[in-house]
Amino acid sequence: MTCTDIQAAIHGYLDGELDAVRNLEIEQHLQHCAVCSQTYNADQSLQRAIKTGSQYYRAPAHLRKRIQSSIRQVGKSQRTLPVMPWRWLAVAASVVFVVILAWALIPRGLDAEQLVAQEVVSSHVRSLMVAHVVDVMSSDQHTVKPWFTGKLDFSPAVKDLSKEGFPLVGGRLDYLENRPVAALVYQRRNHVINLFIWPSSDDTHMRTKALARQGYHLVHWSKAGMMYWAISDLNDTELQEFARFVQASS
Amino acid sequence: MWDERDVSEQSRVRQFEEAVLPHMDAAYNLARWLTRNDHNAEDLAQEAYLRAFKFFGSFHGTNARSWLLTIVRNTCYTWFRENRPQELTTSFDENIHSTEADPFDPEKLLLQSESAQLLKQALEDLPMEFREVLILRELEGLSYKEIAVIAGIPPGTVMSRLARARSRLKQHLTNLVNKER
Repeated sequence: MTCTDIQAAIHGYLDGELDAVRNLEIEQHLQHCAVCSQTYNADQSLQRAIKTGSQYYRAPAHLRKRIQSSIRQVGKSQRTLPVMPWRWLAVAASVVFVVILAWALIPRGLDAEQLVAQEVVSSHVRSLMVAHVVDVMSSDQHTVKPWFTGKLDFSPAVKDLSKEGFPLVGGRLDYLENRPVAALVYQRRNHVINLFIWPSSDDTHMRTKALARQGYHLVHWSKAGMMYWAISDLNDTELQEFARFVQASS
Repeated sequence: MWDERDVSEQSRVRQFEEAVLPHMDAAYNLARWLTRNDHNAEDLAQEAYLRAFKFFGSFHGTNARSWLLTIVRNTCYTWFRENRPQELTTSFDENIHSTEADPFDPEKLLLQSESAQLLKQALEDLPMEFREVLILRELEGLSYKEIAVIAGIPPGTVMSRLARARSRLKQHLTNLVNKER
């Protein structure tokens, strides 16, 4: 590859968008070419400066309220259409129909897994919405683990997975299945991963199961008497990879 | 009195809130960078959310953030076409303040006490097509595939556009740093 080819592909390399073969070609070229490696270093510093330079505009709280209430308003106005008097008979007939329909729509008989999944999704969404992802912010497992002592009646395994590409961000207390649970927060690029841990009611070992809900991926398993649920908007493959690292370390 | 619309509307609002509201920071961030103004960004983010709610029925994917950001971008572009068409066409003439002989030196930038402020200004000065890919890549951490869908360009164009965006940004930043002294 010539320097011109490399200069274009450097960006794909920087962004982790190239395949392994191309990555290797570029790595080898950068080791030997001072000009290209200078460009690469400059682009890398620039990227770091943008990412870490507090350039992100978070939505102000008043906007959050404004948008939420305007959506509820629209949702409401769509269902209060005026009904003409001569249509009362039709309305009466449809009420009968609708009561049956509404009864059919009420969710029933959800199995235990789906109920927990729903709770996990809600917890995850809530943690992101109120900007309360962590109670203790630290990438140090030796700070996060002791923090849970005295707050929980069990001691969760806490492992920083920075080397594996999933740095630990911190921990939080949460509440699932009618009990306090440990929530460990990890990060992959800009994706937040919540890992919920609590003691299981029985000692069975359950293999990893993956599911998707409302645009989030979930993975859960149990091991050594503990339940684990991981959730993120990260893609399925990487989340399962994360689960394997957690399993290997616990 | 309740009817079937009641039940389905309520659950539609709830589903929408769970799937789309968590991405409000992303929506506002993109609108804010495109408009470069708090007030317009808030109005356009709200308008985009209302549009998203209206078309929520057509959303079947799993990537609510990308879907929402596509709507935010379209809403902003429509607003620009109607109110400030010149901003969509104005390209930034590098030659006017070009200093080719002075390569970008990140160390020089980091020594500046107002480096974050300078970087913000340099990003804001970039033409919209370059600004948006940088924001989606560096601040949202989106993949090339996601960026291509949101910006409505072929996936193969994303890398070259990012390359041009970064090179312009470096050049402009160098000029700003030199001007500061």
